[in-house]
Amino acid sequence: MDQLLGMAFDVFRAAGNGIESIAQAGDRGIIAHTIDYISRRSDLILELMLEHLWLVVLTLIIAVTISVTVGIIISYYESFAQTVLGICQVLMVIPSMAMLAFMVPLFGIGFTTGVVALVLYSLLPVVRNTYTGIRELDPAIVEAAKGMGMTERRILFKIKIPLARPVIMAGVRTAAVMMIGIAAIAAYVGAGGLGELIFSGISRGHQPMIIAGAIGVSIIAIAFDYLFYYGEKRFSVEGSTREGN
Amino acid sequence: MLRTLWVWIGIPLIMIGIASAIVIYSVNNPPDTIVARMLTYERIFRVIREHMGLLLVSMIGATIVGVAGGIMLSRPSLYRIGRVMETLVNIGQTVPSLAVLALFYTILGLGFRVAVFALFLYSILPILRNTFAGIDGVEHSIIEAARGMGMRPLRVLTKIELPIAFPIIVAGLRTAIVINVGAATLATFIGGGGLGDLIVTGLSVHRDMIIVNGAVIAAITAILLDYLIGKAEERVVRWS
Amino acid sequence: MIKLEGLTKVFKGHNIPAVKDLNLEVNEGDVCVLVGPSGCGKTTTMKMINRLYEPTGGKIYIRDEDVLQMDPIKLRLDIGYVIQEIGLFPHMTIYENIATVPNEKQWPKDQVKEKVDNVMSLVGLDPDVFKNRYPSALSGGQRQRVGVARAMVSDPSIMLMDEPFGAVDPITRARLQNEFLRIQERMDKTIVFVTHDIDEAIKMSDTIAVMKEGQLVQHATPSDLLSAPADEFVSNLVGRNRSIKRLHLIRISEILEDVDRAPAIKDDTKEEEVKKRLDESDLRTVIVVDRDNKLKGVVGVNDLKRKTGEVAGDYYQEVSDTVTDDATLNDALSVMLEIGEGYVAVVNEDEKYQGTITLGDLLNVVREES
Ligand SMILES: Nc1ncnc2c1ncn2[C@@H]1O[C@H](COP(=O)(O)OP(=O)(O)O)[C@@H](O)[C@H]1O
Ligand SMILES: [Mg+2]
Repeated sequence: MDQLLGMAFDVFRAAGNGIESIAQAGDRGIIAHTIDYISRRSDLILELMLEHLWLVVLTLIIAVTISVTVGIIISYYESFAQTVLGICQVLMVIPSMAMLAFMVPLFGIGFTTGVVALVLYSLLPVVRNTYTGIRELDPAIVEAAKGMGMTERRILFKIKIPLARPVIMAGVRTAAVMMIGIAAIAAYVGAGGLGELIFSGISRGHQPMIIAGAIGVSIIAIAFDYLFYYGEKRFSVEGSTREGN
Repeated sequence: MLRTLWVWIGIPLIMIGIASAIVIYSVNNPPDTIVARMLTYERIFRVIREHMGLLLVSMIGATIVGVAGGIMLSRPSLYRIGRVMETLVNIGQTVPSLAVLALFYTILGLGFRVAVFALFLYSILPILRNTFAGIDGVEHSIIEAARGMGMRPLRVLTKIELPIAFPIIVAGLRTAIVINVGAATLATFIGGGGLGDLIVTGLSVHRDMIIVNGAVIAAITAILLDYLIGKAEERVVRWS
Repeated sequence: MIKLEGLTKVFKGHNIPAVKDLNLEVNEGDVCVLVGPSGCGKTTTMKMINRLYEPTGGKIYIRDEDVLQMDPIKLRLDIGYVIQEIGLFPHMTIYENIATVPNEKQWPKDQVKEKVDNVMSLVGLDPDVFKNRYPSALSGGQRQRVGVARAMVSDPSIMLMDEPFGAVDPITRARLQNEFLRIQERMDKTIVFVTHDIDEAIKMSDTIAVMKEGQLVQHATPSDLLSAPADEFVSNLVGRNRSIKRLHLIRISEILEDVDRAPAIKDDTKEEEVKKRLDESDLRTVIVVDRDNKLKGVVGVNDLKRKTGEVAGDYYQEVSDTVTDDATLNDALSVMLEIGEGYVAVVNEDEKYQGTITLGDLLNVVREES
């Protein structure tokens, strides 16, 4: 316990010193250097950003296809569902560095490793939300559809999936934001993207580069989050006016 | 009884057993001298110790600050700030962990302490938000009933608000721990040590055995912690 | 016992007062029912009495003591409070819920246990069954019982009850009301009772305070309120304009078999049985007839206390008036107002007892008809 307290104390003292040192270096400081760097290397940054987005969008498409399918399947097989969700939970809990590391012996260094790891990560939010979105529909609605003579196939595509869509989209949103962060780490195993700026910045001690990378990744993540947020809102408004008419 | 033992001791022991078996096998059967030199018990224990140091210090700090802060912000006088905080936290949580560590590196430099501090700040977010949201979510009528029967404000907090918010606070802790264990493996990039060290070393010398050892221990630590807190979570909500 | 003087509450950011210049006095042992449409300030008035809300103006006295000068915590510990939304603590067992106030008062453990068991039995919850349950495992009616038990466990002489039977179905509600009246008969607490339901107000009250837009419109006994409503608002509330005329149209015989409750007792009935029947009765009185089913009179709780003989025939009270079964409901109402009771006995041409009609029955009829 003493040791812990000592450590904690050290940490805060170090933080204090650090903040002091920024204040001192702040005069013609790091911010100006960063802006300078970004304007000089805007082509590189843009390229990495596109690479980052490509990795995320590609994996998102693959992941959503798989996850929604799995989610739908397990919504029909209750006994199966808890096991599948349990496995997805475990996959998501594994630290991203560890997950990427596991992929390296299998797929080598490069883009593929990144894609596979990211897909495995994003399973849980989308599978779980698809499953609960469908399971928690008002049974009366499904009953009514059955009573009107709709086939199970049509009930799935015309009733269940459209009604569960907001919940599924919320899962996709979680997955997308998470992926952007993990894609940055995947740069370390050669998947490319803005993470490269961070890693090479750290290894060279090039601070403007690190900041450009870190801020770039954060902006993409926040932007995605908002995009999905407004998308969800728009969709649901559209849905309700359509019902209203 | 047997079930309880199995859940709380049996399964964790099996997980630890698997990790130990892999470590023991690897250390005793190194395929070449590089692995033999880099994968020793001494080194493995050191990175585990560092890893646990990162986790413990940052989580204990984050729990204390997050819960205390959440309680304070839920008081009527600070409630508006609390709502603003909720939004800020949601944005803050969107920032990837690697970006957080990298930014702290540019501000504070390299080292274990910097990593702990970054993890600490990052883990506060879910705990703070859930504590606030949990207390905020307690139905007003319940609090009014407690006050109407003559409970003092402090008693209302400790006897009513906190116990009712407890499951949500624990859920926040669980999120924080999962994020924290994940981020702790990145500490190595800013000189914070921990299990990430093994993985990074393995990658740089192209030795899968080292990589897998680091990854297995890190993964099992994370799964075990998540498992334990998940089981604890099941027990605390016996009333709903 | 409780006196409100010029009580006023203006909520921050509102220009219209929620409660305005309210003067009200509640005598010891009385049930005063605040009644009025939703949003008229009933809850606000109540919450000022236990100082959950601080009044903007006016005074509150309890036993001539200025409430606004008292320590709010002490004040609240001594006033039983049933909140409108019930507000049971979901994380505590029923036992722990009910034991809240005794625990706040730091009573010894065994005394708490005894009191909780008592009060649970009193409100009709078997302690052995319900003690260790959580509120989520209870029905609406059971929760409201717990809410009432929780408020009265420490024997407060004053209780504030905000729509205590609001959240249950009509049948359960009627049962809870009757049980409550029986309890009140014994406990004789001073109670401020809020409802928006005029039937409930008439049934539960010694006096009724009608509120409208934060102001007191009329404070009177139920029968005075019915016979002499202060204004249009009150008469609408009791339903005269739309419905009272209909009472002229319906004969008592038409509704008698629907409303017939526990039949009368014979004049040779022994004390045991009389007591039992009194307990079962909504009216807290029971009609006495002779061998030929001819009406003799009525026995109330007080008559039984002051009894002068062994059987009911020895101590019944004569009734001042009756109605015949071919009379209209309006006649019945008039007689009730005349004799100042909430019920009237019905006889046929041969003076044979037929049943009893109450104010509540009339209101039910009026409600169904309109
Ligand atoms: N805490 C509060 N803050 C602001 N306005 C309130 C508050 N409580 C009640 N009011 C307002 O005061 C008025 C009376 O409310 P209330 O006493 O709850 O009515 P009732 O119990 O008779 O239905 C309503 O217009 C309501 O909106
Ligand atoms: Mg109210």
